[in-house]
This record gives sequence, C-alpha cells and structure tokens, in this order.
Amino acid sequence: MSTTDDQTEPTSTGESPGAFEDPGLPYHRPRKADVDQKADKKAERQVAAMFALSIVGTIVAVGGYFAIDMTEEIASIRFTNMVIGLGIFLAMAGIGFGAIHWAKTLMRDHEMVEERHELRSSDEAREGAIQNLKDGVEDSGISGVKRRPLLVGTGLSALLLAPLAALVPQLGNMGGDWNTKKFAHTMWRQGMRLTRDPDGTPIRAADVTIGSVFHVIPDGLNDLEHHMLEEKAKAVVLLIRLDPQDLKVQEGKEDWSFDGIVAYSKICTHVGCPVALYEQQTHHLLCPCHQSTFDVADGAKVVFGPAKRPLPQLPIAVDDEGYIVARSDFHEPIGPSYWNRLGQTSDGLSESEGGDH
Amino acid sequence: MAGTVQKVAGGTANYVDERTSIGAFVKFFARKLFPDHWSFMLGEIALYSFVILLISGVFLTAFFVPSVTPVIYDGPLETMQGTEMSEAFASTLHLSFEVPGGLLMRQIHHWAALLFTAAIVTHMARVFFTGAFRKPRELNWLVGFTLMILSLAAGFTGYSLPDDVLSGNGLRIIEGVLRSIPILGEYLSYWVFGGEFPGEAIIPRLFTAHVLLVPGLILGLIALHLFLVFLHKHTQYPGGGRTHRNVVGLPLFPVYVAKAGGFFFVVFGVVALVAAVFTINPVWHYGTYDPSPVSAGTQPDWYILFIDGGLRLMPGWIFGLPTEWEIFGYTLSWNILIPAVILPGLFFGFLALYPWIESWATGDKSEKHVLDRPRNAPVRTGIGVALITFYVVLVLEGCNDIIANLFSLSLNDLTYFLRVAIFVFPPLSFWITKRLCLGLQRKDRELVLHGKETGRIVRHEHGEYVEVHEPLDAQELWLRVNYEDRAPLDIEPEFNDRGVRRKGYRWDRFKQRLSRFYFEERISPVTPEDLEKARSEHH
Repeated sequence: MSTTDDQTEPTSTGESPGAFEDPGLPYHRPRKADVDQKADKKAERQVAAMFALSIVGTIVAVGGYFAIDMTEEIASIRFTNMVIGLGIFLAMAGIGFGAIHWAKTLMRDHEMVEERHELRSSDEAREGAIQNLKDGVEDSGISGVKRRPLLVGTGLSALLLAPLAALVPQLGNMGGDWNTKKFAHTMWRQGMRLTRDPDGTPIRAADVTIGSVFHVIPDGLNDLEHHMLEEKAKAVVLLIRLDPQDLKVQEGKEDWSFDGIVAYSKICTHVGCPVALYEQQTHHLLCPCHQSTFDVADGAKVVFGPAKRPLPQLPIAVDDEGYIVARSDFHEPIGPSYWNRLGQTSDGLSESEGGDH
Repeated sequence: MAGTVQKVAGGTANYVDERTSIGAFVKFFARKLFPDHWSFMLGEIALYSFVILLISGVFLTAFFVPSVTPVIYDGPLETMQGTEMSEAFASTLHLSFEVPGGLLMRQIHHWAALLFTAAIVTHMARVFFTGAFRKPRELNWLVGFTLMILSLAAGFTGYSLPDDVLSGNGLRIIEGVLRSIPILGEYLSYWVFGGEFPGEAIIPRLFTAHVLLVPGLILGLIALHLFLVFLHKHTQYPGGGRTHRNVVGLPLFPVYVAKAGGFFFVVFGVVALVAAVFTINPVWHYGTYDPSPVSAGTQPDWYILFIDGGLRLMPGWIFGLPTEWEIFGYTLSWNILIPAVILPGLFFGFLALYPWIESWATGDKSEKHVLDRPRNAPVRTGIGVALITFYVVLVLEGCNDIIANLFSLSLNDLTYFLRVAIFVFPPLSFWITKRLCLGLQRKDRELVLHGKETGRIVRHEHGEYVEVHEPLDAQELWLRVNYEDRAPLDIEPEFNDRGVRRKGYRWDRFKQRLSRFYFEERISPVTPEDLEKARSEHH
C-alpha cells in the first residue's frame, strides 16, 4: 500500500483525448497553528479546557446522583434528572469537542492519497477457487466419477425438512387455540344490563337525556377473572340518545332502539380504534385515530374517512326496573374487517338468535 | 517512566500478536485513508445512536418487567395511586419516578431511538442523491436498506413496551392491519398476539424481539455494513486529484480516531442534554392500556407517521364505490391493504432495488468511487425528491388533526386536499427538481465558458460597455467539467439480417426506454474545444 504525501501529479482521466486535465489536489493551505507557535499553544489550551470541562461534568453527574435526595416528590425527580443529564452532557461533549478540536487544529490536515484496487479477484484466483470447489465436489461424491445421488437426494431432503421439526411446534403454539371464531362474538347476551365504563353501574333509560353519550361496558365485565381486556376490547359500546324525530330507523332494526336511545359498538370498523368523539349537533361519531366519521342518526353509516362499514348496532330494550339491557349479542362481528368475516357473520347470527346462553 | 510504559506496551503487543497476528491487521488499518465531508457523519450519527441505545437499554432492562399481570399502583404519582395497571406499565412508572436517573435514561433511550431512525433515513438520502450506491456498493445499499427497516422494527417494538393507552391503540391498529391480509389475516393476528387482542403474550414477545432479536440482527448487519465500507474504501466527492482509482483523505489513526471518536461523545452529550431538558412520551399522562379510552391529537413516533397518514388518507368510499369489497362471501379491504401493506411494499421495494434500476438505464459496469453532484444526475435527483415529497404528504396527513387545529382548517378539507396532493405533488416535484438540476448544469457551463462576473464595467474606446469576466481557476473549472456525459443506450435491432427475431430484445428495449427516461434530456459538460471557441469569440 503506497501512500504519498505531496501533491499528486496531474493525472489525465485518459477517457477521451479532448478532455480537460485533472489539476491534481488543491494547494494545501497551512493552518494558523501550523505556522504560528502562539496559535498552536492557544489551541492546545482550548483542547485541555474542554477536557477539563468534561471532568467537571462527570463530577456533576456523579455528585448529583449522590447528593440529591430522591424524595417522593415529582419535582425533585425532575431536578435529579436535569442535573445528572446536564452532567452527562458536559462529560461527553467535553471529550467530544476537545478531541475534534485537537484533530482539526493540531493533527495533520494535509490530505494523502491511496490507490484503490479493483474488487474483482484476479483470473488466477478465480480459477484456483473454481478448481478447489471442483476438487471438493469430486472428493465428496456430490458429482463427478463416483457420484452418490442417493446421498445427495436424502441429505438435501433431510436438510430441507429438519427445520420443520423445530418450527412447527414453535410456530404452532404461538397462536394459542387458533379459534378465530371468537371474533364473531362478544359477551353481550339477552337481558344483560348496559353499565358505565369503568365503574360498572347500570344505566336507567331515564338518566339518558337527549344529546348525552355514555361509554358502556357489559354488566359483569369487571368481575371476569380471565380475558377481561379481550372481552372489553370487543364489548365496549356507546350509548347515545337522539331526538326520536332525528333518528332514521333502519329497516329490520325497528325495535333495536328505545325512544331515541341507540347503542353502537365503540370499535371502529376500519382498524379497531375506539370511536370516542361525539359531535352532538351533527350526530357524528369521529374516530380520532384515522378520522372515520359515522352518522349516528342514520344507522352509524360512514360519512367520511377510511372506514367502509357502519358501526354494528347493539339491540337494546328496557327491563322491568327501567334499566337499559341488551336484547342479544351484536348480529355481526364488531371491529375491523377480515377475510372470512361474512362467513362468521352468519354463524354469529344463528347463535345469537338462540338467545341467552 | 516512559521506558517502562513502552516496555509494558511492547510486551503486551508481542503477547497478543504472537497469538492473533494482529500486527498485520494494525499495519493495514492504522493509516487507512478516509475522505472528509460533513455528510459522511450522518451514518456515524446512526451508529453512535445505536451504541447509546444499547447502553441506555441495558439500564432499562434492569428495571422493566415485561408482563401484563395486573398490579395495584403504589408509588409517588398521586394521580395513579390505587389504580390497577399492568406490571409493564407499573415498572415503567417505577423506573421513571423511583430510580434516580431512571427517567433520564428512559428519555435518552427514546430520543436516541428517534435520532437513530432519523440519521439512518438522512444517511440513506445522502447515499441516494450522491450515487454512492453504484457499483461496487449495491450490496451494501441493500444491507443499509435492511438496517433501515430493522430500525423501524426496533422503534415500534420498543414504543409499545410500556403498555400505555397510546401504544396500546397503536398495537390495535397493527392488529387491524394484520387482519386485513387476505386468507391469512385472522391467523396472523392470532399468531402475533397469541390469541385474541390484546392477550397476555404480546408484551413479553415484543420485549424479546426488542432486546434480543432485532438488536442482534442490527448488530450483525452493522458489522457487515462497516466491513464492506472498509473493503470498498470510502467514496469521495469530486475535485482535483480525486479519481475512481484513488482515495484522498486523512489517516484513520490519529485523525479519524479523534474526529469520529470525538463525535460519538458529542452525539451522546447532545442526546443527554435533550433528554435532560425535553420530556418525551410521558406515559404517566396517558395511563395504562385499556381498550376503551383514546385521545385525539396524539401521534405515533415520527417514523410510523407515514403509514398512519396513509391509513387516514385512503377513503372507505370513492364517489359512492366502496374500497372494501365483498366477493364470493369473502372480504377484501383495499382501504387498509393499499395504504398499510401494498404502498409501503412498493415504496420500500423500489428503494431496495434502486441501484439495479439505475444500472439498467446506464448500462455502466465500471466501479464508481467519485460521488455525483446531485445536479449532474437530474433524473435520479428528481426521483429522490419525488419520493421524499410522497413521504412528506403521508406524514402531513399523519398529523392532519394537529395541522388542522393549528391553522384552524377543516380536517376534512385538509384530507381532501392531500388526497389530491399525493397524486399531483410527487410528479410535480420530480419535474421541478429535474428542471432545477438542468438549470444548475447550464449555469455551470456558463461559468466555465464565460467565467465569473466581477462587477467591473469597462468602457471600450468605441463607447461599448462590457463587464469583465474572470475565468475560473483550475480547481473550479475541473469540478464543473468532470462528470460523465451519458447518452441513452443504443441497442441492437430486433431482427438480424436474416430476419430472425433476437432473443432478449424486449428486455433490451425496456432498458433503452428506461435509459431514455434518464438521459434523453441532458446538459453535456464543456469540452476544451467549447472553451476555446467561447474564448476566441470573445476576443
């Protein structure tokens, strides 16, 4: 590896005779510190000062850790963080800026030249490589004079299949019970009360004034020992009362609402965020994640945004004590779409019509 | 004293060398030359932020508990006192508020993650716009591309770990996207979450991916990336004395040990400063994950915004036609598949393959070690700017609620506008960028042929006023004439003289068309004859 120090000879690109000539490396201008002893000393002192600052920073960080009493107050925690953080900043940046300043002012800045070599191996090396591989193949019996096709065939098959021995049990276990039919059902049942999220108190129809919104969970959700979040993720509902004159009752769902009170799944039919923003004036529900907008007055149909399907409606009624109850589970899978959704819709429908179970 | 140090050092060196032959290695490396340019530091920032991520991450694993087992909070945060939350969330609060310096480390980790992804993307843009991906570096471009994808994976898996409302909703969106994949969707969702969303498996699984799988892959690929940089030797910007056959620069030891090594400390220091002063991801405001609440105006980390923006941009209905189809009893959700699966796939696929696409257009098989000035590759630069524009439109849509709020715009109008912009702006920015590049090349020609304006006006004897132009010096001139003048490819005719159709003609024709797209319009560099002519015309 030859490295040269001085200005390179102008080298012509040699591509076309009519081309300009490469003027070679630009003239190297010496820095102040290269020619002036005072500037040199000054730069040295600056670098040393930065290194010293780093030492101060380390003392601040370590001292901050030991000296500051972590009381149970958030403000003192913030203060500790700030002190340690500033200490780390000084400790690190002092070294960094010092080293860079050293390199820029005092170390060599006169560029050097190194030749490159083509990456391609020489023909000789390539031939040697091919010969070695050929020899290896010959020795192994993969091909050549003493071919052993039986070994190649069985060996390759074994190699290809062996990963399955580990992967199938491993991947197979990852999906739990793989019962994706759960998508089609929630815990809503006939007669189950609609209760407030999160405390679970039941809701009387009389408490739901026109224009109000209730975030609803099924009665008994909070008592679930297992899979509470999974059930909640499917069962959350928004209960809204409109002026009955504003409500366009959907065909076949005439008895799903009660005196202007409607209940819709809170899970967006786009990718499943909770649809949490209700605009009272327009009767629009807005999903804050991707802004799908549903018209509650008109069957929660999509009026804007990326969702295509209306929010599923939960059929409701009022029980003897005046509390709002579900008439059944949802009649279709709630939440985002998936390939076999329609197949599961019909399954879900037949089961939920079976009533309470 | 000095003698003793030297003796000990010599003895150690001898001991190690006799067992590793490290001497030859040091001889090869110590004075290896690297060219100098600020833009070469972008990749360094990425590397250093990764090191900072490892250091701060090890600290965090000492306190974080990757489990969703419910616990009752009992700690200094009064707002959370007595509430039920997952252990993951509780341990995040614990390490933030009860471990001295814990919140700082968490914030260093999060800021470093944002810097890591940002540095990778800008480094990639630098490599793209200067043509550093050309032969022999195509494979290293692919390694870097994979690192970029892995950095997104590292970011997303880490972002979700604290199990707060915000990241939980992010996971739910991912679940919705997984479900939309035809045939396999519901099973992919079960596979990832170990059953129904959210389940108990996802946090431990993300944790393993975040602390082992993804960083392990990143570490391995960084080693490969740097090995290839050493093998290829660094590219250099054009200038006098710099050719495709040499490297002009300063030696690794001591100059780059000091500069690049020092720069690590600067990056670390700056990240620590930002983390000490600016709060990031205050999960204690959001609360533990619950599938019911959500808040508006909350954005994911910046590198996920473009996918979120795509999901917002794509309408569920276009002029009364649904983008979710129900065919033969099955559901096909184009409204999710296009923005979250197909579009990112095409975008990243194009990026990954770009070095080959351009090499089909140039047909050039030689090694390139001198970088292009972006103006000298107008079509490439245009494509790059178009890609960035496309990306930026998606990012803007990803924060449309913030923008609409900030400028008191209608959210819906902004989305309608960006739905048009996504089709109009990228081609427009391609065209504008290409024209700008060609304009800059013309300006270079002008400078070479007629020199710089001096502002000195001279009056000739016959009354004519002229401005004196000063010719460029040799370095300035060389920079402006030393680039390749590429013409579109010529290909052999479709039929040979016996009228037989040539094999591979269609592929050649494709390459020719591509090449025309790239090089039909071009500004050739000034030749010495041009210069001679211009000078003689003047005097």
